[in-house]
Amino acid sequence: MSKRIGIEVSLAVAETVGLCDVDVVAAYPITPQTHIVEHLSELVADGHLDAEFVPVESEHSAMSACIGSSASGGRTFTSTCSQGYALMSELCYIASALRLPIVMAVANRALSAPINIWNDHSDLMYARDTGWIQLISENGQEAVDMTILAFRIGEDKRVSLPVQVNLDGFTMSHVIEPLTIPDAKEIREFLPPFNPVLRLDPASPVSMGGVGLPEIYTECRKAQDEALRASKPVIQEIFDDFARQFGRHYKLVETYRTEDADTIIVALGSIAQTAMTAIDAMRTRGRKVGIAHIRVFRPFPAAELVEAIGGAKNLVLLDRSTAFAGGEVSGPVALEIKCALFDKGLAPKVGNFLVGLGGRDVTDQNFEEMVERVASAKNGDLPAYEFINVRE
Amino acid sequence: MGLASEALKNFKGFNLRNLPEVEPLSPGHRACQGCGEVLALRQALKAIGNNVIVVSATGCMEIVTSPYPQTAWRVPWLHVAFENAASVVSGVEAAYKSMNRKKIIDRPDVTFLAYGGDGATADIGLQALSGALERGHNFVYLCLDNEAYMNTGIQRSSSTPFGASTTTSPPGRKSSGQATWKKNVVEIAAAHGAPYVATASPAYPIDLMNKVKKASLVPGPTYIHIYSPCPTGWRCGIEESVEIARLAVLSKVFPLYEVIDGEYYLSRNVAKPKPVSEYFKPQRRFRHLTEAEVRFIQQRIDEEYEKLLQKCRVQNGK
Repeated sequence: MSKRIGIEVSLAVAETVGLCDVDVVAAYPITPQTHIVEHLSELVADGHLDAEFVPVESEHSAMSACIGSSASGGRTFTSTCSQGYALMSELCYIASALRLPIVMAVANRALSAPINIWNDHSDLMYARDTGWIQLISENGQEAVDMTILAFRIGEDKRVSLPVQVNLDGFTMSHVIEPLTIPDAKEIREFLPPFNPVLRLDPASPVSMGGVGLPEIYTECRKAQDEALRASKPVIQEIFDDFARQFGRHYKLVETYRTEDADTIIVALGSIAQTAMTAIDAMRTRGRKVGIAHIRVFRPFPAAELVEAIGGAKNLVLLDRSTAFAGGEVSGPVALEIKCALFDKGLAPKVGNFLVGLGGRDVTDQNFEEMVERVASAKNGDLPAYEFINVRE
Repeated sequence: MGLASEALKNFKGFNLRNLPEVEPLSPGHRACQGCGEVLALRQALKAIGNNVIVVSATGCMEIVTSPYPQTAWRVPWLHVAFENAASVVSGVEAAYKSMNRKKIIDRPDVTFLAYGGDGATADIGLQALSGALERGHNFVYLCLDNEAYMNTGIQRSSSTPFGASTTTSPPGRKSSGQATWKKNVVEIAAAHGAPYVATASPAYPIDLMNKVKKASLVPGPTYIHIYSPCPTGWRCGIEESVEIARLAVLSKVFPLYEVIDGEYYLSRNVAKPKPVSEYFKPQRRFRHLTEAEVRFIQQRIDEEYEKLLQKCRVQNGK
């Protein structure tokens, strides 16, 4: 039976990975991901998880070993963040092109420099073009659920792609939360054994990772693009299936108090829950404000997002990383949302705010300031983006 | 008795009468004429047979055997990137170990083989190799050493020999070619305590095949450094690569030896060595060297060979 317990989110994710009966974990320690892999190594050491724990000498080798393992047909997990993600990123492109359903938990952390171990979404955005599916959790329960879902989605033969489970570093990874971890039997019912389309096996040899000459490279990339596109309805179908079994229903884009809202905030990750508290407070003062939070950043759910926010007059779009595009275009999240709106001929008033960088807190007060700033601005007055909460 | 000695105590080698007929690496690949590297790789795969999973680093052997949708491989083969063949094979081996134990598969006797060129091994992939050797995965690693980055156009590596001309170590008014001595990755592998480490040459195919076979039988990480002549990069005749490989051994430039459980064994003593000048002569990469420079190199070769002999004598208790 699943039970509701108080547990650090990192340990809960590790427990869940163990219950998903992975065959190989290859990982390298980096703060704030460490508790996830430490606990997995404990589960293996204590005999609770029958898997090979490969303590590699770098994140680059972590993803390399994961590729070897997944290509051999093993259910494979790793975890990293920030600089570790940057180091392994070369291989992340290859993992998706080889269509290997590796699952990776990313305890989101800022990128250097200056070196900073605290939470933002620099690594999440760094990863967005690698061809992986990106799931985003807002709290510990969602991190557990997204981990189970990641294996099921990635290993679905209609998908066959690697999946990132993003959870905010420290803000989530190091926080003890009350949550429910399904038991092994329940997870087995939801997650069938990994049965890959192809695996490295001397009984039926295949060559993987050959050279793509100009005659074939475009076709390979198009096929991969189609796989990621086709994954979108499958993800929602699997979310629905999850809801039937576990009662928690996820959507590609989720909303809170948006029905009558003239101002909508869009955010990713745990910050969305702070926003909800702020929204409740603003609502009591008559401000019609709501929030849409993006559950799946890749594939990007443009249609669902436009449906959720397209009716709003004012949009408060949050980015938790910098883009260094020169100042005249928005941050990465806002840029994609603006594109989605433009394609539908919509032009609401948009404020794009770079917030919560490198562990900087974002308070209820900040949300109220951002909402007021957009609501009171004249059309055309707002810059492409602005940093808030900056000490000048 | 050490791990390797134990595994090899009943080893029966190949000879001219029992050479395997299997060709896991098939003909029809796109290697240059006279390529000593693909010759060595073919011999290595013949020795191992079909029950193998091969992991390739980026490089000549990857490019020439795998232009999609063609493949020269009759055994499972995986290429991921340049610097990580040893890490990738770690993952393959770990997955097989785990899945065999959990009875998800029943493939207990597969050999896990990774190979890379000298750039992939001595330079960009040295960390990955070190990690995999240290962790003790059960795999065979072959360094196919053609002494420069041939695939990208003959740039120097840390495995390029002193004095050699490459496109990034050109001789000139202020240069005599490569200014550094060849990195000794064999010793680096041996220093990890790998149970079986050896050097081999395609000019001595039976010796090469026996060493690869031995490596595949030894549980744990094993490393073989294979001299791989490259007529394109060394600027010699395509018919001369095997002869140059033989001269490399006979001039003590590339001695053949094994390190079994840490003990050194000379595979072929060179009682009457040929001068290095004879080895250099057919290779235009060395032709700019002055007599004084050749003497300087000869002195180093003699010293290095003497050091190796000392290790073999001491370790063998002679």
